[in-house]
Parts: sequence; C-alpha cells; structure tokens
Amino acid sequence: MEALFALVIGVLIGSGVYLLLRRRTFPVVLGLTLVSYAVNLFLFAMGRLQVGRAPVISAGAAGYTDPVPQALVLTAIVIGFAMTAFVIVLALRARALLGGDGVDDGGEP
Amino acid sequence: MNLLLAILAPFLGAALIFGTRHRGRLRFAGAAGVTTLIALALLAPSLAGPFQGETLIWRLAWVPSLGLDLALRLDGLGLLFALMILGIGLLVILYARYYLSPADDMGRFYASLLLFMGAMLGLVLSENVLLLLMFWELTSLSSFLLISFWQGRADARSGARLALTITGAGGLALLGGLLLLGHIAGGYDLSTILAAGDTIRAHPWYLPTLVLILLGAFTKSAQFPFHFWLPNAMAAPTPVSAYLHSATMVKAGVFLLARLFPALSGTPEWSALVGGTGLATLLLGAFVALFQHDLKGLLAYSTISHLGLITLLFGIGTPLAAVAGVFHIINHATFKASLFMAAGIIDHETGSRDMRRINGLWRWMPYTGALAMVASAAMAGVPLFNGFLSKEMFFAETVGASSLLRFGAVLPAAVTLAGVFAVAYSLRFIHDVFFNGDPIGLTKTPHEPPRWMKVPVEVLVALCLLVGIAPALTVEPILAVAAQGVLQGPVPDHDLAIWHGFSPALWMSVIALIGGLLLYAGRKPLFALHERFGGRFLARDLYEAGLSALFALARRLTRGSDRPSLPVMLSLLVLGALVLGAAGFLGAGAGLTGPRPLMPVDGLGLLWALGLIAAALATLALHRRRLVALVLAGAVGLLVTLAFLGFSAPDLALTQLSVELVTLILLLLALYFLPQEDPVEGSLPGRVRDGVLALAAGGGAAALTWAVLTRPYESIAGFFIANSIPGGGGANVVNVILVDFRGFDTLGEGTVLALAALGIHAMLGGLHLSGSGSGSGPGPARDAAGRAWDSDPHPVILATLARLLLPLALLMSVFILLRGHNLPGGGFIAGLITAVALILQYLANGVAWTRERLPQNLLPLMGWGLLLAAVTGLASLALGYPFLTSAHGHLHLPVPLVGELDLELASAMAFDLGVYLVVVGAVLTVLIHLGRLHAAPAGDWT
Repeated sequence: MEALFALVIGVLIGSGVYLLLRRRTFPVVLGLTLVSYAVNLFLFAMGRLQVGRAPVISAGAAGYTDPVPQALVLTAIVIGFAMTAFVIVLALRARALLGGDGVDDGGEP
Repeated sequence: MNLLLAILAPFLGAALIFGTRHRGRLRFAGAAGVTTLIALALLAPSLAGPFQGETLIWRLAWVPSLGLDLALRLDGLGLLFALMILGIGLLVILYARYYLSPADDMGRFYASLLLFMGAMLGLVLSENVLLLLMFWELTSLSSFLLISFWQGRADARSGARLALTITGAGGLALLGGLLLLGHIAGGYDLSTILAAGDTIRAHPWYLPTLVLILLGAFTKSAQFPFHFWLPNAMAAPTPVSAYLHSATMVKAGVFLLARLFPALSGTPEWSALVGGTGLATLLLGAFVALFQHDLKGLLAYSTISHLGLITLLFGIGTPLAAVAGVFHIINHATFKASLFMAAGIIDHETGSRDMRRINGLWRWMPYTGALAMVASAAMAGVPLFNGFLSKEMFFAETVGASSLLRFGAVLPAAVTLAGVFAVAYSLRFIHDVFFNGDPIGLTKTPHEPPRWMKVPVEVLVALCLLVGIAPALTVEPILAVAAQGVLQGPVPDHDLAIWHGFSPALWMSVIALIGGLLLYAGRKPLFALHERFGGRFLARDLYEAGLSALFALARRLTRGSDRPSLPVMLSLLVLGALVLGAAGFLGAGAGLTGPRPLMPVDGLGLLWALGLIAAALATLALHRRRLVALVLAGAVGLLVTLAFLGFSAPDLALTQLSVELVTLILLLLALYFLPQEDPVEGSLPGRVRDGVLALAAGGGAAALTWAVLTRPYESIAGFFIANSIPGGGGANVVNVILVDFRGFDTLGEGTVLALAALGIHAMLGGLHLSGSGSGSGPGPARDAAGRAWDSDPHPVILATLARLLLPLALLMSVFILLRGHNLPGGGFIAGLITAVALILQYLANGVAWTRERLPQNLLPLMGWGLLLAAVTGLASLALGYPFLTSAHGHLHLPVPLVGELDLELASAMAFDLGVYLVVVGAVLTVLIHLGRLHAAPAGDWT
C-alpha cells in the first residue's frame, strides 16, 4: 500500500508542477490545488498509514492513529482554501486591471 | 510606579497631541508644556531618595525567560539627566512656540518632541540594560522624525537619514555589546552589572564587549570618526537642535559612558579607546568649528568638540575626572542650549545664518547680543562663567594624567590647543555676528524677538552665571549626587572654587584665552588658507561611497536573481528543491527503503489509487479545457477525502469534503470570468522541459514519501492521547489539539483565513469584469460556442429542496460543532457545513432572494469570531493560567420527561464557536462577493 500511496503523491505532484508552470492563471490555480492535495496527503502520511485504528479515545480501542499530523492537515486544508480563493480572486483582479490572464511578464524559461 | 508614569506621560501626551493635531495649533505648546510639568511632578516625590544615597528601583517582570524586566532605576545620574531632559525640554517647548511659523504643523512637532522626551527619559531611568537599549533605539527613531521635521527639504531628509543610519548602526553594535555584558555579568540589571566590574574586566570577552558598547556610545555622541551626522542634522528646526544637541540625544552616548563607568573603566583598553577618541574628537571639532560660516555649523562642530572633551574626561578614568565629566555635561547643556536658541533668534529675525553676511547686529539686537555673549563666554571658558570651572577641572585632570603617559606632555599641550580654538570660535560667534561692520544683503531688517522667545535663553544664561559665580551654592549638591550615581560609591573631594591659586590649569586657561584672541585676530589669512586647502571631510565621503556601493551591490544581486516571470521563478524553485533534496538524501548515504513492515494492498486501496492517478492525469491532459479540468480536479479532491476516511482520519475527511465543495463552487464562479479554453503556449522544447521537471519533481516526491513511509518513527502523539481527556476534557484528540494544546496556532490560522477574506473583499470592491465571451457587459450570457449558459437559472425543484435542506443542514452543523470535542467534528467543519448550506441558497434561489433574508455584510462576523476566540484565551490568562488553557466540567441539568441531562462543558467550546464564526464569515464573504459580480445588471442571476 505504501508504494501505491507514494505513487499517488508522485503523480499529484508531477501533474501539479506541470500545471504550475503554465502561463495562464487558471491552470496555475489548478496546479496549486493538486500540489496542495499532495502536500496534505504527505503531511498526513507522516503519521504512517493506519487502517482501523481509533481516532477518538474510547474504552475498547486497540490503538490510536497519530492525531498530530491530522490536526496539522486539518488547518492546512482550511488555509489552503483561503489561499486558493485569494489567488483566484487575484487572477480576476489582474484580468480586470491588465486585460489578460497571463502570469508571465516575458522571458523564456 | 511613579517612575513608570513619568516616562509614560510624554508618550501619552504625544499620542494625545498627534490625535488632535488638526484642531487648532497654538494649544499644543501648552499641552506639551503641561505634559512635561506632569512628568516633573510625578518624578518629584522620588527626587529626595538619591540625595539620601538611595537608589530607587522599581520592577515588573516582563519576559523573565529572556532576563527582560520592565525595571526602572533612579539614582543620582538618572536624576540629573531626568531633570535636564524635562527642564530644558520645557524651555524648548516654550521657545519653539515662537520659533515655528504658522505654516508648520505644530501638532506633529510637539508630538515628535514629546515622543523623543519620553524615550530619553526612559533611557536614563532604565535599570534593565535591554530596556535601556529599547529606549535608545526609540530616541534614534524619534530624533529622525524631529530632524526631518521640514519634510519638504531635501537636506532635512538626507540629514535625518544620515543620523538614523549612523546611530541605528551604533544601536545594533550596542545591542551586541549589552548582550555580551549581561552574559558576562550574569544578569541584565544595572545593579548586577555595576557590581560585577572586576568579573567583566577580567573576562576574555571584555574587549569585544567594550568595543561594541563604545561603538554605540560614540555614534550617538558624534565622536570621531562618526561625527559627521551631527552637522548634517542641523537641517532640523533650531529648537530641535537646541534640545537634541545640548542636553539629550548626543548626551545619551556620554550618559552610557558614565552609566557603565564602574563596570568597564579602569583598564588600558578603556583609556586608549575612550581617551584617544575623545582627544581626537575634541581637536577635530574645535578646529573645524572655527572655519564654519554657518552659525549652526559652528555650534555643531563646537558640540562635537565638547562631547570629545567629556569623552576624554571619562577616558582618563580617575574618579575626579568623572566628576569633571559630569560637571561639564551640565555646563555644556546650559550654554549650548542657550547658544542654539540665540542662533535661532538671529536666523529668525534676520533670515540668514551666514556669518559672512550677518554683521553688526548689536545695533538692532543688543539684548540678544548680551545673552549670547554670556553663553559664548561660558563656552570659551572665561572665568566667572560655568564653562570655566569644568574646563579648569578638565585641564587639571589632563595634567594629572600626563604623568602616567610616555609622551605625557603632549596631552596638556593638545587640550590647550583645543582650548585656543574654542576661545577663537566663541569669539567669532560674538564678534562676527554682533560687530564687525554692517550686515550684507539681509532680506529682513533685524529686530529683537518677541518677549517670551527670550525667556528660555534668559533662564539658561542666568544658570550659566549663577553656576559660574557661586558654584558651591548652586550646582554642588546635584553634581555630588550625580557623581555618586556615576561612581556608585563615595565622591572624591573636589573644590568648585573659582580661584585655585597659580596651578598649571590656570596657566593653560590663560594661554587658551590669549591664544584664542590672537588666533581670532589673525583669522583672515587663516580663512583664506582654509578656503584654498581645506578639503571636505573624508568620513562623510567614505560613508557616501560605502552606501552607494552597497546599493549598487543590492541592485546587481536583484537583477541577477530576479526574472519577472512566474514560470521561470517556479522552475528555479522546483529545481532548487530537487537538487537540495537529492543532494541531502544521497549525501546521507541512507537507503531508499526502510525496515518498517509494509501494509498489504487490498482491492479497495488499489481501486482508489488507480482512480486518483487517472483523475490527476486526466486533469493534466485536459487542462486546456478548463471546465472539464476543474471537474476532474474536484474528483481528485473527493478521492483524497476517501483516503482520509480509509486511513482512520474522519475529521480530515469531513473537512476535505466540505472544503472541496466550497472550492469547486468558488472556482466555477471565477471561471465564468476567465477564458474557457487555454491556447497552446510555449514552444514544444519548452513544454518538454516543463514535463521533465514535473516528472522529476513527482518522482522525487514519490521517493521521499516511500522513504518516509517505510521507516519507523517516534511520535509525540502519546502525550496528546494521554492528556486529551484529563487536560482538555475531550475524547476527540484532533479537536482537543486544535482548540486546546495548540489553540494559539488555531487562533493564528483563523486570523489568516479572516485576512484572506478581507483581502478578497478589498480586491473585489469596485471590480467590473466582463466575461469570457463577447467582452461587453458584466458577464456573458452565452458560452464560446454560442449556447446560452443557462435557460433556467433557478429551477423550482432545486430551490424548494434547498430551502427544505437549510434547517436540516444548520441543525447538522450545530450538532457537529457541539460534539466536536468528543467525536469527529468541531468549529472548522461545522463552519464549512453552515457556509455550504447558505451558499446553496444563493445558488438555488438567486442572490437577490437570499440577500433579503441574510445579513449583507459578514465581515463583522469574522471579527466577532476572532474576538470570541481571543477573549476565551484571555479569560484563562485572567484566572492565572497560560493563554488559552481550557477549563472543563460537567453540568447536570434536570430536564422534564428525559430525566437528568449530563452536559459536558469545556471553555474550549467557546473557542471553537469563535473558529466557527470566522470560518462561516470568511467563506461566505468570499463566495457571496464573487457571486455578486454575476448578479450585477446581467439579469441572469438576480
């Protein structure tokens, strides 16, 4: 399972980075979203993959998942939303002010 | 406590004046004066202490772990300086009232002046050296405001910048020095440091400590080679010069020398550095002063010279020299303040400060002339004036010190030479201005200033005379107590008489007086020589060259590293991360796979992974068709939600699910205003290059994940799991971490969310967008293919269902909020659910319909939420616990029919409610704002 999980994160990062390198705002935002997914999954996986463990303290639980990465990721998800919203609105504003949706000011990579 | 209030008084006065500065202007002088009097009155009850040999110390623990206390100290030295700061401050306030013109912003002037006064007062009354440093920096900042008061003038701005750069750099050095000093002495309190003199002097770090502290003191006191900021600061209004360069700003440096005298002095290093710098400054200042044609320039260089004199006295290092140093601090403050004021009067009434043009003013301004003469005589060191007494003590000390040096005789000779120049420039200040023929080309006819403008000068001049004639009756008590403060011990015998017999010092005075007369008489050829050969001063040029080199370097670095292109910069970033990551990994030599046993792959997991990979790749492949790509990215998000659910993280699954919905709606709304398709862009090689980079990044991330997941780990989870119920009163550890253990983080994250929403609110305000289609009107009615976007924007079935769902969804969110402490849920999730439920109403029923039924402005909601969260945290602070400690307990309520209800309550719930409000407010603000753009006149959405 670990290999599959790693593969998933790799694909997400790869697709996300490619989109991030586009020259229009919308794909960049999409890329950012994909990279955020990957980062959240990665952070979450810092507690290692665990199936069937109790997330909440209870009498009969055999073992618990690691709550620390979960708490971190929870806020990261919400902050990620705030960031996505901010960037997409920035893109709108840029379109209104500059008349286009390009992110590039010139220069070949 | 009084000390603290006395320091705070000027700050409060400054705030008050600045806040009301647009109403009236003359009352500000009164307000500033009253503030100063209040500070004096607050200080008055404590004044008796130092005279009885006590040192008053008042402290309030502030950041005990850093050794930083709000600790204040009043001893003789602090007392002397506090009185000078407030006393001369009062006179300057009165003087400035008449000096400033109606066009000047009096409110800003007095506010800055009081700010500076408060900072100086804090500086001289600090017991903790870190606190002292804070006030030290405050004086640099507030003096910047004062020097640049005439903001329209380029010389004022550059002078202020210069002063700030030099004294600021010195402040940085001082910070290092004081940290070392505190480290060596074992504490940051002056009491500790002053008592640890022997330890400090014997410590191997003594020299670096000394040098750093001296850098601070010398930059502030305009000692060579840092002296050049002071003449440039003369662009300030003259009352500022009179205040800053007589009793306060530049005296802060020598104050520091006096303050740390018992801790640092008495070593050869001290004598060489302090004495040498003082002597160089003394000579340089006195020499240059004579050749200044600007009245204030002459005073500026003479100030530098006198500061050098004081520094030299402290450098000599004997107790008696320290007494003389303190004495000269007092005398210099009085005569220099009055001289600056006189120069200001002359400038004010003649319109010029050029001594080559203003001559023969005696005819029009005899009274001002007489006052200036007294002050000048004091500056020159003429008997019967105060400057003579301290100067004679100074001469005597140099004679005493000369016996200890190899080329001892040089010292008395050098200071006598400085004395000669001092007499000459003092003479010039009088003769060249008030006599010496007729004025040349003045724009105004000179006349005496208003009555009250002269009063401050009269007071100061009277002090010069009183101290000069009867020192034992006037200055002796305060000098003794101040010297005691400096030495932190008994004061040596000193005799403040005018006549000491035919001592070497007397002869040196006589030589200085006669030599000065002769030098001044022969000034014309000297001026001509100076005109021809006297170059500009090296220090300022060096500074300018260094500064421009620094700027050039910064520009080159920026140009070299910054490309105005997002793809380029991001490529570099990704590449950098890859290189560093790979290098680190390979460098450590560890294998990729760790020993942790793997989890078997099950069918569901495989299906999940394949689905996610397919969705991600499809997003990538179809990214130019934006709508499709967005839907596919949404699918990725839902699959991520499933992962959280599968790997035992229900809280995350709930959050991800609701955020996914909100993000999707948000991006859909935004997409409406952006082109629907992406053109193919960039060259094929460019795209291949991006692809390779993306592949490498993906591969790196996968390898990293694999490496981490196959290794065992130690977690701090045990603590949280063990303490969740006893410490936080909740069984849902994730939620308890969020609202209790790491509540401060959550508060910060809520703030970020609110800030993002505020930013979006600001960016969307007044925004007019045309859609992706024709480009006219607020939004397109048809898509690129000419199809109508929507034939029925608000279908009845959706509208009816949404309204039915609303109460259920709200009830659900309340449930999730309340149970969050013990079961998956909490403020974040509940807030998102509420937001989604409300957004659904907008989507189903239209903006107009919903707007009538919901509050319009949701920004206050975020504010209240943050406030609630912060207040919950502060409540625990008020009860004596650390910030955001939660309290919890059980509440038993008898409920009819049901029996007794056992409600578990935790204060964290109030915090969570705050989070909930922030989330609801932020999400709705963002989406409703974006939705409103659609709702503009197009008609479709309303």
